[in-house]
Amino acid sequence: MMKNWITGAAVALMGLTGGAMAQDYPDRPLMMMVSYGAGGATDFQARIVTMTAGNEDALGMPIAIINKPGAGGRVGWNWFATQADSDGYTLGAYNVPHFIAQSIKGGVSYSTDSFEPIANWGADPAVFVVAADSPFNSMDDVVAFAKENPGKLTFSGAGLFVGHHIAALQIEKAAGVKMAYIPTKGGGAAAMKAVIAGEVMGGVNNLSDAFRAQEAGNVRILGVADLERSAFLPDVPTMMEQGLDVDNSSVNFRGVMVPKGTPPEVIERLAATVPAMFENSRVAKKMKAGGSPMHIMNRDEVIEMWAAREATLKELLSGL
Amino acid sequence: MEFIYYFGDVFSPLSFALLLGGTIGGLILGATPGLSPTMAVALLIPFTFQLEAVQGLILLGAAYTSTVAGGAVSAILLKIPGAPANIATTLDGHTMAKKGQGARALQLSFLASAVGGVFGVLLLIFLTPVLAQWALAFGPSHLFWLAILGVTVIGSLDSDSVVKGLLSGCIGLWLATIGFDDIMGAQRFIFHPSLGGGINIIAALIGLFAIPQVLTMFAKGRRTQGAEVIEVQKHSVSAAAGELIRNPRALTIGTITGSIIGLIPGVGGQIAGLVAYDQTKKFSPDQDKFGTGHPEGVIAAEAANNAMVGPSLVPLLTLSIPGSPTAAVLLGGLLIHGIFPGTDLFDNHPDVAWTFINSMLIGQILMCIFGLYVAGLAARVAQVPQSVMAAVVLGLSVFGAYSVQSSMGDVYVMACLGVMMFFLERFGFSAAPLVLGLILGPIAEANFIQGSMIANATDGMGPYFFGGPLNILLMVVVAASVAYSIWMELRTRKIQNTVEVQS
Repeated sequence: MMKNWITGAAVALMGLTGGAMAQDYPDRPLMMMVSYGAGGATDFQARIVTMTAGNEDALGMPIAIINKPGAGGRVGWNWFATQADSDGYTLGAYNVPHFIAQSIKGGVSYSTDSFEPIANWGADPAVFVVAADSPFNSMDDVVAFAKENPGKLTFSGAGLFVGHHIAALQIEKAAGVKMAYIPTKGGGAAAMKAVIAGEVMGGVNNLSDAFRAQEAGNVRILGVADLERSAFLPDVPTMMEQGLDVDNSSVNFRGVMVPKGTPPEVIERLAATVPAMFENSRVAKKMKAGGSPMHIMNRDEVIEMWAAREATLKELLSGL
Repeated sequence: MEFIYYFGDVFSPLSFALLLGGTIGGLILGATPGLSPTMAVALLIPFTFQLEAVQGLILLGAAYTSTVAGGAVSAILLKIPGAPANIATTLDGHTMAKKGQGARALQLSFLASAVGGVFGVLLLIFLTPVLAQWALAFGPSHLFWLAILGVTVIGSLDSDSVVKGLLSGCIGLWLATIGFDDIMGAQRFIFHPSLGGGINIIAALIGLFAIPQVLTMFAKGRRTQGAEVIEVQKHSVSAAAGELIRNPRALTIGTITGSIIGLIPGVGGQIAGLVAYDQTKKFSPDQDKFGTGHPEGVIAAEAANNAMVGPSLVPLLTLSIPGSPTAAVLLGGLLIHGIFPGTDLFDNHPDVAWTFINSMLIGQILMCIFGLYVAGLAARVAQVPQSVMAAVVLGLSVFGAYSVQSSMGDVYVMACLGVMMFFLERFGFSAAPLVLGLILGPIAEANFIQGSMIANATDGMGPYFFGGPLNILLMVVVAASVAYSIWMELRTRKIQNTVEVQS
């Protein structure tokens, strides 16, 4: 009874302030939740793309990054879907296909319906890497070995139901082989270490991290799981070019979203401002220096991308 | 000896100012409960956007070095370990502070930190290529055995009885299973939304160490007469330095253990202090004094946790693999300036790499000087009434637990664990083995699952976990550690029996 009364009062109060809020939004600093730890690729990129938020031509208010890591992002997104304020001052970073795959697998309190996308800033495709001294020279070699030794080819990735796992499933499906996917704890870095140290025979990893590791001479990249070759790696063929029917479903898209229930005029304002903020030349320069591929998409494009991913992933994961 | 040429760069006015600022700021951040070295470095990253690559790294390196050492301040004076690295410091450090020797404990800890830290950075300078191979040698099966080795010291760590120590360790291992399992994504014991991410280690540390102490202080009531006060007696720096030199065993064991363990990716920082403490205790003739305010304990723990700083950067700088959360944040700091660490880092960017390493070397010394100054200040705080102390510690605990992930959930976890520990302590259980269980559980589990998946796909569980020289070496050490504990337990029982017979 008391609780209902409080909720009613709160709703009424929000109704009163709502109209005034939209005009001078934002009038205080915003926060953006990142569901991975400080120092990870998502955190690192989120800090760069939001660094110009305080400029007059952007939001005019800074965005502070809050990390809520745990369980491959589930902790942060659960919090964002159930506890975050939908007042427009709480933004969140999304990673597709991670959160969509997790919501299909179940056990979490979010789905694509729990969030409203604002804009996409980056796309990091998955690549197949092998150690520098590996006998494999192309995806053909990998597939041939897997055909001869079913279930014996070990390859690492950053966990289950993340982009790397999706790419692994797609490669196995496309080649019609069974391999041993080894999920590691500790993200892409741990998966990469397993490849370099020779604990596993190969691995799926982020293009950005693999590019650096290849530059350092520690690994070789055999294929990119994307529709076209990457500007960072013009010499590395895509999976499709090597005869494996793997599309861009595993590409790790990163962007900004708000919880469902955020006032439409706030969403409009953010959807108009945020993509322009990402296009700032200072942001582009820092992202390029860090080897992080940018891919700016507006709200409508992201809504479309989410829906397309959800359909592909439902089909791919239905067998698991 | 190439690094000597780049010492000049460290002393350019801006660089040196940043080094000073980073060191002092790091000490303050490190001394604040809840602000672990990882958090402190992450907080500073945005400031480096505006700086040159070299200067940015100097700031981050200085902050990393001094936050690790700064954690000793709250560990010793308040019994709140700022990070897992400082757990072992509380065991003897806080007991010393309670006896009025807080200044002495702080001086010893900063001097030991500096010695360990300088040794660690020197290892990084001279042995990096060799060490990189060593860091890679540890695969899932070896990390699993290493975690088991950690479990074997649980029983003897800071408990009167091995059985009670093992029981607390088991509680810690159970607590570690709470939350989403990191590999499979299965949900375990999530009966409240705050537990979704599992038990946060920093929040748990604060709860388990600080809260029982606060409750004990409050439980004594508002007696004015005979109220205990924590006095911090003055202690001269030269006396502390002399004491350090008279304890070469603790210093050596701490430094060497810290350097070796710091190298191992994913494990190092968290357990270096505890393992060094345990080893020093086993090799010391005065075993019984450990845990009662014995300086050797403080020296070993602090030498180890700073010795780890240099080697922990080896996998990052040579292989671009961050071996610890803090190293991951530093990687971000490097990337933002377009510097890709890797085998050719020292060829392509010698100015950046060497200046960064040199600044850590000088940072260790600056950290020691400022730390000793802080220890001197602590001596001036002549009397702190317990009621005030309890309130301050409680306030800092709540702030610390909240600040880890800006989440009230962590504060609830901290409070619940704290109340639980208060009652457990009444029955002779202690927090250190419990925390060790909490830290080792996930390491053992994840590496066992990963190892068994690889083993099943390749040559089978037997050869994978029991074959190979490194596995066998680790198993022998595990067996030796267990045998030693049993022998010690039997010996104490025998002595007790003889005493009973005699009386």
